Formats: sequence, structure tokens, C-alpha cells
Amino acid sequence: MDEKIRTVLSEHGRFPVDVASIGDDEDLFDAGMTSHASVNVMLALEEEFDLEFPEIMLRKSTFESVAAIRAALVELGAA
Amino acid sequence: MGSMSMGPTVRVGADLVAVRSVAESIACFGDRYLHRIYTDHELASCVGSPSVTSAGLAARFAAKEATLKVLRPSGRRPDWLSIEVVRHAEGWCSMSLHGYAATLAAEAGIHDVAVSLTHEENVAAAVVVALCFGAGSSEAQSVEEFELIGVG
Repeated sequence: MDEKIRTVLSEHGRFPVDVASIGDDEDLFDAGMTSHASVNVMLALEEEFDLEFPEIMLRKSTFESVAAIRAALVELGAA
Repeated sequence: MGSMSMGPTVRVGADLVAVRSVAESIACFGDRYLHRIYTDHELASCVGSPSVTSAGLAARFAAKEATLKVLRPSGRRPDWLSIEVVRHAEGWCSMSLHGYAATLAAEAGIHDVAVSLTHEENVAAAVVVALCFGAGSSEAQSVEEFELIGVG
């Protein structure tokens, strides 16, 4: 799952640094992800894992780190 | 000395969006992106060439983010569709808040919001200014859904 998350972040997060250099708990917004890029990340994750983030999970903390994204996907039942 | 009366406080939000990033999102995600973020009215307000559409939508995304900065959600964020830029026939714009966005505004005592949009070839920006008349006022709490008039 982490590899897929990082691939999505690499393709859609618009980071100024290599995603591989970002730690699991490192803040993705501090690392350069914009609000608009986080929308793309959300949509790409939905495609990749065939799910939809409900409004209740639309909070900055859901997408603030690789670990947070992993936890959200697990909560939504992603394999 | 007499006591000072408590007037409204001001909140300001601003945001900047690269037009190219919106164009790429449209190309990559199509309707899933468009209908997840923008209302039918917003989409209808940005009809034109691809560059015109992308610039208009980028300005609207900036307005939504600027409004979030004014609403200051501490946890859950309102859905993007609940923060709408309304374009009037004369060309100026106002903000219309629905659902949880309207609830946050009411809780903050926000009664008036002004919005200004602008875009150039590569970037779009929005500034939102809100007047807060104090959280928890009876007038504020009675507001469930309302339109906030601003300057386009």
C-alpha cells in the first residue's frame, strides 16, 4: 500500500523534492504539497484504491502525511 | 473614560493557484475533478476556450481556499461544493455558503464577506474579507444558509 501511496504522491503531489526523501510521518504540506495538489492526490488515491473519501474525511490531517493517508485508506477498507 | 463599544472584527484570506495545475487536473481527472470541486453555476460561469475555463476555475478554487482561511475550520473541512462563487450578470462576484461552510460562518458570527478574483495567463488569485460580529450571537446562530455579498 505504501508504494502505491508514494507513487500517487510522486505523480500528483507536485513536490519540489523526491517523494522518496519524505518520511512516513513528515508533513506533506510542509514538504511543498499545495491545497490544489492535495485534491489531485485525493482523486488519484480514489482511482488507485477504488474508493471515495467521504466529506467527513475531508480534513487537512487526512492527507498531511504518508502515515495519515495509509490510516485513512485502511479505515475506508482499502486492501 | 467611557467604555469602548465592541465593533466587528475582520478576517482576511487569500490564495494563489497556478492556472496550469487546474488545466492538468481537468485533463487527468475530467468530470470527476470538475464536479467534485465546482458547482454547476461555477462551471457555467467559466465557459470558453480551455485557457479561459482553466483560469476562471483556478480563480474560483483560490476563492474557496481563501474562504476556508476565513472560516478557520479546526478539524473537518467543508466540502468544496458548499463554498460557491456566484457570478452576477454585471460581472461582479459574491460568495454563497451552504451546509457545513454556512454553519462555520454562523458559529464565527460572520455576516458579511467580500471576494475579489483575478487571473493572469499563469496564475489566479482571490482575496476574501469577512466581518465577524462575535461568535455565538443569537443572530449568527439563527443563520443556517445564507448568501454573503461581496465585491467582484
